Amino acid sequence: MIDLQLLALLLIPLLGGGLLAVFGSRKWAAELNSLMSFFTFAASVVLTVRVVDSGPQVAFNEQFFIDQFNVFLVALTAFVAFTTSLFSRPYMRIEQHHGKLTTGMLHLYYSMYQLFTFAMLVALTTNNMGIVWVAMEAATLTTVLLVSLYRTPASLEAAWKYFILCGVGIALALFGTILLYFAAERVLGQGGTALLWTHLNQVKGDLEPTVLKLAFIFLLVGYGTKIGLVPLHSWLPDAHAEGPTPVSAVLSGLLLNVALCAVVRSKVLVDGSLGTHFAGNLMMGFGLLSVLVASFSLFRQKDIKRMFAYSSIEHMGLITFAFGMGGPVATFAGMLHMTVHSLTKSAIFFAVGHAVQKVGTQQMDSIRGLLQVSPTVGWGLALGTFAILGMPPFGVFASEFLIITTAMHEYPWATPILLVSLGVAFAAIFGKIQPIVFGETTAKPLPHSPALIPVFAHLLLVLMLGLYMPPYLADWYRQAAALLG
Amino acid sequence: MQIPYTLQFINLLAALLLLIAFAMLAQRRILSLINLFAWQGALLALSTFIVAYSTNQHHLYYSAGLTLLLKVILLPYLLHRLIHRLNVRWDVETLINIPTTMLVGIALVIFSFNLAAPISQLAEGITRGLIGIALACVLLSLLMMLTRRKAVSQVVAFLSLENGLFFAATSATQGMPLVVELGIALDVLVATFIFGVFFFQIRETFDSLDITHMEKLKDD
Repeated sequence: MIDLQLLALLLIPLLGGGLLAVFGSRKWAAELNSLMSFFTFAASVVLTVRVVDSGPQVAFNEQFFIDQFNVFLVALTAFVAFTTSLFSRPYMRIEQHHGKLTTGMLHLYYSMYQLFTFAMLVALTTNNMGIVWVAMEAATLTTVLLVSLYRTPASLEAAWKYFILCGVGIALALFGTILLYFAAERVLGQGGTALLWTHLNQVKGDLEPTVLKLAFIFLLVGYGTKIGLVPLHSWLPDAHAEGPTPVSAVLSGLLLNVALCAVVRSKVLVDGSLGTHFAGNLMMGFGLLSVLVASFSLFRQKDIKRMFAYSSIEHMGLITFAFGMGGPVATFAGMLHMTVHSLTKSAIFFAVGHAVQKVGTQQMDSIRGLLQVSPTVGWGLALGTFAILGMPPFGVFASEFLIITTAMHEYPWATPILLVSLGVAFAAIFGKIQPIVFGETTAKPLPHSPALIPVFAHLLLVLMLGLYMPPYLADWYRQAAALLG
Repeated sequence: MQIPYTLQFINLLAALLLLIAFAMLAQRRILSLINLFAWQGALLALSTFIVAYSTNQHHLYYSAGLTLLLKVILLPYLLHRLIHRLNVRWDVETLINIPTTMLVGIALVIFSFNLAAPISQLAEGITRGLIGIALACVLLSLLMMLTRRKAVSQVVAFLSLENGLFFAATSATQGMPLVVELGIALDVLVATFIFGVFFFQIRETFDSLDITHMEKLKDD
């Protein structure tokens, strides 16, 4: 049984949210935030070991379901949430020192940070497709006030856009869920079990195909808004650019993954029911479009966080494409890419955050010579950029290589689109980051020393995944890929 | 074949819901918009109650009660207080091209009836014809969000979108499981509070609740 571990995993962030709602203004709130995130991470490790050893399990009256696929996301989410909390400790203090944040705003930030982690973990672990929706909406609600934390006109606009667009998107996902329930109710009967994914998965062959087709379109459009798939992505660059950097890091590294997990779960049901590749094809189409549009948009960017937000759209498109192709290799590659993208992108945002604090602007034209100001921040950004662009020996190269070779085998027509997009993205990002890192500068040092351990810890992990994947991890990912088919 | 009175009554309520969705689309005064939203909630609660009565589903009584509490009493009350404190009670919005909007709305209704036709045929029970109307309400609310330029009316459109979804859930499936419905209700309530916070922040920053001020973020 995994009841206890699961309970710990979910209750710790909830408790953390409660504690920080009370003590969020204290001096040690940042440390408490990191401590609670660390406990959550520890609980996720225990849970992961149990699930990888003994296979998929249900808990609490079948309301929760953990298999190798979602436990991988649970571990990733808890880890990045922990390192981001470490990063945000000095980062937010510097912001306060610069007069951008008040204690009250920090209070809100800390308690919402924990509740956001809680909402994501519920969305990942629940077995109930209805609760997935509720938790995704809750994750939106907890982050929307974080995006507008600075209360500047631009951040308010970004938050409003985020709220309205994701609210509408996710409302469509609810309609999809209703249709799914409608189809399931005819097979499983009324009541609680008809929305449970494990039950749906068992009877997916009997579900009404026409209804499921329509349901999947609504689910994909709804959750796709959250993933940031083109053409539903317009909230994403704004929210990433205008919110505080730790929030950009968790939005980009975690929330997008959680939304994608919901889509992948739906895809398994729908394609199982139809016996065709309908859902997979839709995901591949949206994925390719996202990769293409996002990489060509990179050139136009002037704001550094906006540029990396577009890079997130590009990578989420690539992952959606990989899961859309399906099959053990592509799914494995998709999961690997999710892992390395989350780690690398959050590391980049950490480095970018400190770089922006040093120069006081997000405009790339004004950021120059990071290596002179702070060699560690400069190297962090340079290496992170190399990693995200898919340079060997980093892990992103391995996963992109797998995705592209699988595409060559199965869908040769897609390969040129992918290669051109990746090439364009390389040229755009490298051309813009090169003068930022090298070059001349006059910026002053920071009042608090920046937290760079998370940056290098993430990059080291990504490097390790590129050079050597431990058999335990490889075996775990293979099992998960086999489950998704 | 004799159609049972309950079904006729539910059909009537569904038609009224659609009518209100159109009325909201054309309503310029914010106060009346909120009142229309409350009426929509009342119709929703009543229709849920009748479905509960005629199908003898106990959990639907709870969700009818929940709707009454949340969408007829609590949310309209909160919105009234908000527009009172924001002093926008008597604001009139300039809507351009109401006739065109109405025509687009009619097209949306036809589209949703077509989209829902195959599903309606599969549905059992007394409410099978209503999925099209529910989808139409959802799409009309979306249209309303697109045409509005005031933050408050956008939020009312958002909430009425949720009403449409709720109607879809009761008409197509005779209600989602109670735990899901409770979760959705909680989310909607929290969302309304956050919207309220936003209104004040927006007005403080932009001196108005017009979202035309908030179209500055661009790629370059």
